[in-house]
Amino acid sequence: MDLIFDGILQAFRLLFTLDREVLGIAWLSLKVSGLATLISLVLGIGLGTLIALTSFPGRKVLVSLVNTGMGLPPVVVGLFVSILLWRNGPLGFLELLYTPSAIVIAQSVIATPIVMGITIAAMQNLPANLRLQILALGATRTQLVWMLIKEARLPLMAGVMAGFGGVISEVGASIMVGGNVKGYTRVLTTATVMETGRGNFDIAIALSVILLLFCFLINYLLTLIQQRERPR
Amino acid sequence: MNRILKLATGLMTCLMLTLLILSPAGAAPAQKNLILATTTSTQDSGLLDVLVPMFEKQTGYFVKTISVGSGQAMKMGEKGEADVLLVHSPEAEKTFMAQGFGVNRRLVMHNDFLILGPANDPAKIRGLKTAAEAFKKIAQAGALFLSRGDNSGTHAKEKGLWKAAGIAPEGQKWFQQTGLGMGETLNVAAEKHGYLLADRGTYLALNKKRHLGLEILVAGEPKLLNIYHVIEVNPAKWPKVNHAGARAFGDFMVAPATQGIVGSFGTKEFGAPLFFPDAGKKPESLGL
Repeated sequence: MDLIFDGILQAFRLLFTLDREVLGIAWLSLKVSGLATLISLVLGIGLGTLIALTSFPGRKVLVSLVNTGMGLPPVVVGLFVSILLWRNGPLGFLELLYTPSAIVIAQSVIATPIVMGITIAAMQNLPANLRLQILALGATRTQLVWMLIKEARLPLMAGVMAGFGGVISEVGASIMVGGNVKGYTRVLTTATVMETGRGNFDIAIALSVILLLFCFLINYLLTLIQQRERPR
Repeated sequence: MNRILKLATGLMTCLMLTLLILSPAGAAPAQKNLILATTTSTQDSGLLDVLVPMFEKQTGYFVKTISVGSGQAMKMGEKGEADVLLVHSPEAEKTFMAQGFGVNRRLVMHNDFLILGPANDPAKIRGLKTAAEAFKKIAQAGALFLSRGDNSGTHAKEKGLWKAAGIAPEGQKWFQQTGLGMGETLNVAAEKHGYLLADRGTYLALNKKRHLGLEILVAGEPKLLNIYHVIEVNPAKWPKVNHAGARAFGDFMVAPATQGIVGSFGTKEFGAPLFFPDAGKKPESLGL
């Protein structure tokens, strides 16, 4: 038990003394996972809305695939992204392996199906007549989509939170495509794994506490936005 | 259809832009990046945290240290996905060199492997002279043994020792493979009161931070030496490797100043050095 208290104390000590390495790691986590969430948001909401509002052969299979993708194991994504980004691999010329960009790519792949799946569900949950009503009021296609997205904003924000939570907490892909390079691709989760391996349990706990704090703060912010005006 | 196309191009531009922003420092030329594939022990003991920044300062290279087992490190070398290796799996290294994947293999340092176990020593191996005897007794007693099981240098050494003892431990109930790094495997052994083979550096570093309750039971046999070499990945096989950087790193590792640091690393913290510098020596002089 002492270890956990020591770790929590250590976490606040590291935060309040503005330990440069820890702040750097935390900032990188936030930047990488934030960016990945943004990308997944654009792709996920865009494609999810498209799938939800159209019908085509094979749609059910596609939706099932997306739903399966919501549980995509990060290590599997890490493995495939590494192989693609290898120097001598198909995308090797980009020289992206072991860079923060590589982590963003892998995390986007992880988060996009999560956002997409929730978007599809959210859009289909809207009353069917709503579309007709909006169209009857003379809205263009773009306006229609925009209105529907606004109408579904509560579950969509939940999708954002799920996506962000999924990527900031994953370690498998980050360590494989980022390499846990000190001061460059070391994020909170990979640093925690490494410090545990080194036997620095207090620092590992401190990093975990910082990670949890971050998750809470971000989700609190998102919840504030989500609940800003209560739906009638 | 047009709108979708526009949207897609917009998306791709956004994606590319963000990736560009995150790209390494922009100004640094690509060949400044040097991928060092190494073992978990050099990272977990903290040695590389001292050496790598020195090397970067001296030469201007940016080192990406990828810490994996020696087996995986050499696989990365075989595929040209690493520029330079710092590994400790001599038998596998010889094969690696013989197949032409590496050039300029140089001896850097050594420490030794220890057979560790719980203080009550259920298999009664304390003070035995050879690893073979110890392993035989562990097998006879059916005492829990934790193996790395990850093709690392330590795992390769351990497999060799089992073979020398004439025992096939795989599949036995008392033989468990963690598949984890050295530090993590030490933690598992500490929790489960098992025996294991570990390198002295990681054991000392870890035991200092948290009393593991594992004791050194067998040590000192020449067979238990843990020898580290630096190998440059053969640029003739893989034109994309940063060979100049690899050469510079190899030179740095065997330079007298670096060797001095290797020899004194850990003395202040642990009371004994974790590694012994060996640059320029013949492997035979270590008693192999």
